[in-house]
Amino acid sequence: MSYLSTLSSAYAEIFLLVMASSILIVDLFITDPNKTLTYILVQLTLLSCALITVTTHEPGVVHLFNNMFVDDLMSDVLKLLSYLAVSMVLVYSRSYLILRGLFTGEFMVLTLFALLGMMVMISATHFITLYIGLELLSLSLYAMVALQRDSATATEAAMKYFILGALASGLLLYGMSMLYGATGTLAVAAVSDAITHGVENKALLVFGLVFMVAGLAFKLGAVPFHMWVPDVYHGAPTAVTMLIGSAPKLAVFAFVMRILVDGLQPLVMHWSGMLAILAVLSMAIGNITAIAQTNLKRMLAYSTIAHMGFLLLGVLSGGIDGYSSAMFYVVIYVLMSLGGFGMIMLLSREGFEADMLNDFKGLNQRSPWLAFMMLILMFSMAGVPPTAGFYAKLSVLQAVVGAGHIPLAVMAVLFSLIGAFYYLRIVKLMYFDSPETHVKISIQPDNGLLISINGLAILALGIMPSTLITVCAIAVQKSLMLH
Amino acid sequence: MIFGFPLLSVAIWLPIIFGLLVLATGNDRNAPLARVIALVGSILGFLVTIPLYVDFDKMTSAMQFVELRDWVTHFNIHYHLGVDGISVLFVLLNSFFTPLVVIAGWKVIEKRVAQYLAAFLIMSGLVNGVFVSLDAVLFYVFWEAMLIPMFIIIGVWGGTNRVYAAVKFFLYTFFGSVLMLIALLYLYIHSGGSFAILDYHQMAIPMTAQILVFIAFFMAFSVKVPMFPVHTWLPDAHVEAPTGGSVVLAAILLKVGAYGFIRFSMPIVPDASHHLAGVMIALSLIAVVYIGLVALVQTDMKKLVAYSSISHMGFVTLGFFIFNAYGMEGALLQMISHGFISGALFLCIGVLYDRMHTRNIADYGGVANKMPVFAAFFILFAMANVGLPGTSGFVGEFMVIMGTVKVNFWYAFTAATILVFGAAYTLWMVKRVIFGAVANQHVAQLTDITLREKLMFVILALTVLGMGLYPLPFTEIMHASVNDLLVHIARSKL
Repeated sequence: MSYLSTLSSAYAEIFLLVMASSILIVDLFITDPNKTLTYILVQLTLLSCALITVTTHEPGVVHLFNNMFVDDLMSDVLKLLSYLAVSMVLVYSRSYLILRGLFTGEFMVLTLFALLGMMVMISATHFITLYIGLELLSLSLYAMVALQRDSATATEAAMKYFILGALASGLLLYGMSMLYGATGTLAVAAVSDAITHGVENKALLVFGLVFMVAGLAFKLGAVPFHMWVPDVYHGAPTAVTMLIGSAPKLAVFAFVMRILVDGLQPLVMHWSGMLAILAVLSMAIGNITAIAQTNLKRMLAYSTIAHMGFLLLGVLSGGIDGYSSAMFYVVIYVLMSLGGFGMIMLLSREGFEADMLNDFKGLNQRSPWLAFMMLILMFSMAGVPPTAGFYAKLSVLQAVVGAGHIPLAVMAVLFSLIGAFYYLRIVKLMYFDSPETHVKISIQPDNGLLISINGLAILALGIMPSTLITVCAIAVQKSLMLH
Repeated sequence: MIFGFPLLSVAIWLPIIFGLLVLATGNDRNAPLARVIALVGSILGFLVTIPLYVDFDKMTSAMQFVELRDWVTHFNIHYHLGVDGISVLFVLLNSFFTPLVVIAGWKVIEKRVAQYLAAFLIMSGLVNGVFVSLDAVLFYVFWEAMLIPMFIIIGVWGGTNRVYAAVKFFLYTFFGSVLMLIALLYLYIHSGGSFAILDYHQMAIPMTAQILVFIAFFMAFSVKVPMFPVHTWLPDAHVEAPTGGSVVLAAILLKVGAYGFIRFSMPIVPDASHHLAGVMIALSLIAVVYIGLVALVQTDMKKLVAYSSISHMGFVTLGFFIFNAYGMEGALLQMISHGFISGALFLCIGVLYDRMHTRNIADYGGVANKMPVFAAFFILFAMANVGLPGTSGFVGEFMVIMGTVKVNFWYAFTAATILVFGAAYTLWMVKRVIFGAVANQHVAQLTDITLREKLMFVILALTVLGMGLYPLPFTEIMHASVNDLLVHIARSKL
């Protein structure tokens, strides 16, 4: 067997790297200002990646590159969903960015590199690969936030994102170095073994853990490490906000799983308490602060913080139920987030950002169908059946109650009650108020189709959630080293 | 199931599908078409529920017309439907009211007609789902989903303060529901992974857990009933909702909460129910007396009927928590009868409102001079609300009072004040609105009810009188189930 064929599990990453680099060069020769060819190439790349991931899938867990990289069911599922999410981001944002002169080759290539970073994060089983993946993703995103050079808010957001992101990376690295000091290894599985067999310097270990959790909380945007989220979500061009708010959450979920569950499972009694505090604070601050927002992007940013709190609840509940519910939650969250930001871009037009709450006034009179889609999205975010958001919350709560944390579950539902208020307000604006403007909403057919599919998918997943829940459960069961 | 025909599924999904069809007619240019489709859908929706009554086996308390399919296998959630002698009546009541609501809004609603009618049809299907679900998650899905159309109905077609009322309605009821969700998840874990409501009925639960589960259920159901002190959303919602919304709220949605008590609280946690019965009875009596007094001072007709509803629903919860057959059957009859009567009263107020655009009692007077036919119907329904013998209002109240006397004379004595207060506020309203000389210019220009309105009132009047004179069809169908329920509740599950 040649060396190349042993790498088949990483073909998707290799292919994506080659394509991203080639597209960067090809794009130099494309004069079309709308970059149609580049766009098609990028979408084809994503499609091919999906095909490669599916065809190179092998049952069981395949380790590569001296246990630095893993191919298992969970990583394949998450990667496929990431391709889908990135592809949707590009469809949603194309006409929005063209109108603003931002639909450049760099944008698309950076998106691909960000995706590559996510894929490495998803498949990494070594602290070094995890870190490389994270940095590749983060650096691409920093650049994308700053893409709109003449916008002061975008530049400010990029600056904040970069500095705080660098701080978070520093925290993670510091934590990793402490763990290395305590265990003498950087491979996730070996760290876990070393801790199980007893470590001399327990204090160093726990300190390392604290730094790791803080770094992860930064990346997730959990309170009290959430300060960057609203500013970045608000300041970045909506297309970039959408990217930040969607696919990377899948990667960060995998990141948390690999580090906390695969690597630091023996310390679970330490980190589950930390996660509980982060989760409750995130749900509280996220939901309460969101009420005060008048800008929809900021509101969705705070809502993201609250959702990440809910996600952490699933993680800290532990067991297959807990982890698979967290995975299901993050998948549904990504779908809702795509729809939410997609709607903002659909309603925007040249020189006008539809990112204020008031821009949604009377949407039902301007376009009943879009209003209906947004209604589904909002009720789903609030967790009202029959939408997918309900099942996401149900499965996490089921895990939380199953783990015996009933007070946490009660707090979670009370905070989602508070959350329901600001989601309802959007519905109220759309249905009960009169529009402020009667400018005709013109949507590209591909965007209209996508938002319809997006909204209806959330409804369909709320009525028929069985398959996705089962897929998440099997993926977690087959991939994680549960003790 | 007759010939393998899934009647209950049809009862749920037929109105919903017609609702979507109505929605598809689009904007108000197609309003006549939307109305016709909605009427056909709602009448068909009622017709398909008739076999539920005709083919119902009155001898057994077991679930009938059962449908069972896998739904979410990972959590062991099933699409599990069935009716017993209690729930079948509410399915019929709900389906009966949908055509009336469509007719009531026929001429009145002119903006976004399709959305209005679709919301009612969809809600009708969802409410049927609540009554026939035998799986806790399925129940919860329907229970919550029906909030969405009601929220929209109040908020879009309601009165001046509609936004406040709609948001208050939603948040109040959502608050109760989420705590119930935790209780259901606890039961799921405790039962070793089952969401079947009937399994919960047989499951032993320790006392502390029973009390907590009871409280969680209480939060969900008492808000919906509504019981004192969580009743404050109802007058707001009623007043601001359009006529059809008020009718459905009073006739159907309030029953959902009471139904929850007999399907969940009492059989799942009987010991806690007995333990806390004193509190429940106290709250019920407060509702009967205090809310009765509050109704007396209302100046707005809809508010008056809304408070009257709360007061009458206090009777229902009283009947449940005295744990005997008279009380239970009386309460169930009271629920059905209150559905007809309060629905009819709201329709009456709607008829006046459509003509005068005010609900203030002070703006009326001497309506009988101008609208004699209407006045006759209005007085009939008012008398039924008072509980006059011969009307449906009498049967339920009488049975509950009889059942209560067996338990404690003073409870019964207090409850019986409803007969006094009810008569006082209802008749006083009738006197001020209907009788006397023509009060002002606007009243003088009133025209009597049209054929469409007559049709609604005749149907309701016949039902109210029929149920009052011959309640046997209603009692015999629920008999076996009620007895079984009482036996079940009497057994300790510790």
